[in-house]
Formats: sequence, structure tokens, C-alpha cells
Amino acid sequence: MNGHSEHARHIVGPGVYLVILFALLLGTALTVWASYVDLGLWNPVIALAIATTKAVLVVLFFMHVWYSSKLTKLTIFSGIFMFLVLISMTLADYISRAWGSW
Amino acid sequence: MPDSSENAHGAALAAHEQHPSYLRHHFNSVEQQADASNFAMWLFLLTEVMFFGGLFTAYLVYRNWYYPAFVSGSHQLNVVWGATNTVVLIFSSFTMAMGVWCAQTRRRRGLVLCLTLTFILGLSFLGIKTIEYREKIEKHHVPGFHYSLQSFLDPQSDPEVYAEYHDKPLAPDMARHTELYFSLYFLMTGMHALHMIIGIAILGFMILRARAGTYTAGHVTFVENFGLYWHFVDIIWIYLFALLYLISRH
Repeated sequence: MNGHSEHARHIVGPGVYLVILFALLLGTALTVWASYVDLGLWNPVIALAIATTKAVLVVLFFMHVWYSSKLTKLTIFSGIFMFLVLISMTLADYISRAWGSW
Repeated sequence: MPDSSENAHGAALAAHEQHPSYLRHHFNSVEQQADASNFAMWLFLLTEVMFFGGLFTAYLVYRNWYYPAFVSGSHQLNVVWGATNTVVLIFSSFTMAMGVWCAQTRRRRGLVLCLTLTFILGLSFLGIKTIEYREKIEKHHVPGFHYSLQSFLDPQSDPEVYAEYHDKPLAPDMARHTELYFSLYFLMTGMHALHMIIGIAILGFMILRARAGTYTAGHVTFVENFGLYWHFVDIIWIYLFALLYLISRH
């Protein structure tokens, strides 16, 4: 706009959006199919892994994080990391509380 | 002295005329203003992550405690409706992303079309959710005074679900925890639906402004930040679909 291309906002085009759209649709089909296969303990793991892959694609490309500043990237990463710390500590407590008695 | 102050005033006026009208005075440049509001939007979304994260954590803890009740409860959900809604939301995220691109490249008609499609897809999602909620109401699976344990104490009384999963009857003390599953189901999908309703209302407002050309004159921050919100709501649904509908399916 005013010459400094280093600060100009990156415009993500329809091509990238289309690729992500198809990846997300593929992920949805895959996760529905996988849910009907009995994988025991691995069913929730796979469902959450596919959901997380889809979420990461949305965050990086639909939400432009791939192209955004280091400050934004670091802030988002810290926020998600904090959430993971909270949820894993809580779950570690609840899962191990009755350890061995089941 | 009067001269120099006059000059300063003149310079300020000149500077005012140089920058676009949407650049606030406390920012140095349009880029800085856009970065700041983008950053603030992300901070808001991170608080939303914590908010929904609490609900997800509660769900995982109770699912771990009352596993059989949560599996039987989950079997009451219709995967076809859930998957359809996932696809609807993914398409709405795509049309929203295309809307942001149209705003950035100053395509007014394209922007109006994309926002309208997003609006319609958002309403479709809520319509399908209504069909699902109605089924829960008819089967008395809404937690409260009218909650019925029949589908869980006697699975064969619920032929459609029984034909698909052949669930064994739950003991009464486990069966009553299906009410907890449905409490979390309605809390989580309800909070998600509330976010959708707020988003759709803002979309309606944006369509009117987009038609007037507000977002295709170089100032696209509002569209970009709303896009972030809409994609965030999509991500929440991706996890809700996996956790509520899918992981107890097999």
C-alpha cells in the first residue's frame, strides 16, 4: 500500500483456502470412518489426533497464523500450552486417583 | 512563537490529511493498528479457549468416571446429523475465509455473497441442531424432572438405537449418570450454539455494511477479526463432534 512490503499484510488467496477446505472434508470423512472401526484404547486417541490436525490447519491457514508476526505466534502457542498444562494436570490427578483399584 | 505554533498546527493538519480516516491517532501506521487489533482478538480467543477448555475437561473427567453411562448416552446421538453439521461448518469457514480475501482485494459483490453464504450455512447448522434437540426432548433425554432412564435400563425399548449398537442394560446407579452426559451435551453444544447465534447476528450487521461498501475501501480489520471468531467457533465444533459423537461409537 505505501511501499514497505516487509510490513504489508500477507493476503492469503482462494487457492490455499480450497486446499484446506478439501483437507478438512477429508479429515471429517476419515474420522467418521475410523470411529466405526474397533481400535479399543486407540479410538479416542485417533479421533482427537484427527480433530487436532484439522484445528491446526484452520488456525494456520484460515486464521492466517502461518503468515502472522512472531508475537502473535508466541502468544497463541503460550495460551494453548497453558491450557494443555491445566488439562493434563487435572486429568493426571483424576486418572491416577483410583489407580489399581479397577 | 505564534509562528512556530501555527506551523506545528499546520503540520498536524497536513499529517491528518495524509493518513486514511480510519487510522486512529494513537497508532503510527495502518499496519500497527491492524496488528494491535488482530493481537487483541487473539487474546480474546485465548480466553475463550480457557472457557470451553473447562467444559471439555469436565466432560473428560466424568467420562472417565462413568464410562458405561457416557458410552450409552453417546449412542443416542446421530452421527449422520453430527457429520453433516461438521461439513456445514467447514464450508461456512471456507466462505468466511473467502469473504476476508474479497474484503482485502476490495471485491464488494464477492464479499456480500461470501458473507450471505456464511450466514445461510450458520443458520443451517442451527436448524440441524434444532432437529437433534427436538429428538432429545421427545425421548425425555433433557436433564431435569422429566428425564427418562428407559433407553438405558431397557435398551430394547429404543429399537433404532438398539439395532445399531446392541447396548446391554445399565445398572440403575450407572444409568442415572447418563443424565450427567446429557447435561454436559446440552451445556457444551448450547454454549457453542450461543456463539453461533451471536456470530450470525454480527454477520447480518456486516452484510448490510458490506453492501454499502464499508469493508472494501481498505479498512478490513473488522472482517478479519470476525473471521477469526467464526473459525474459532468451527474449531470448537470439530472437538465437540469428536468427543460427543465419535469416540464411543465402535
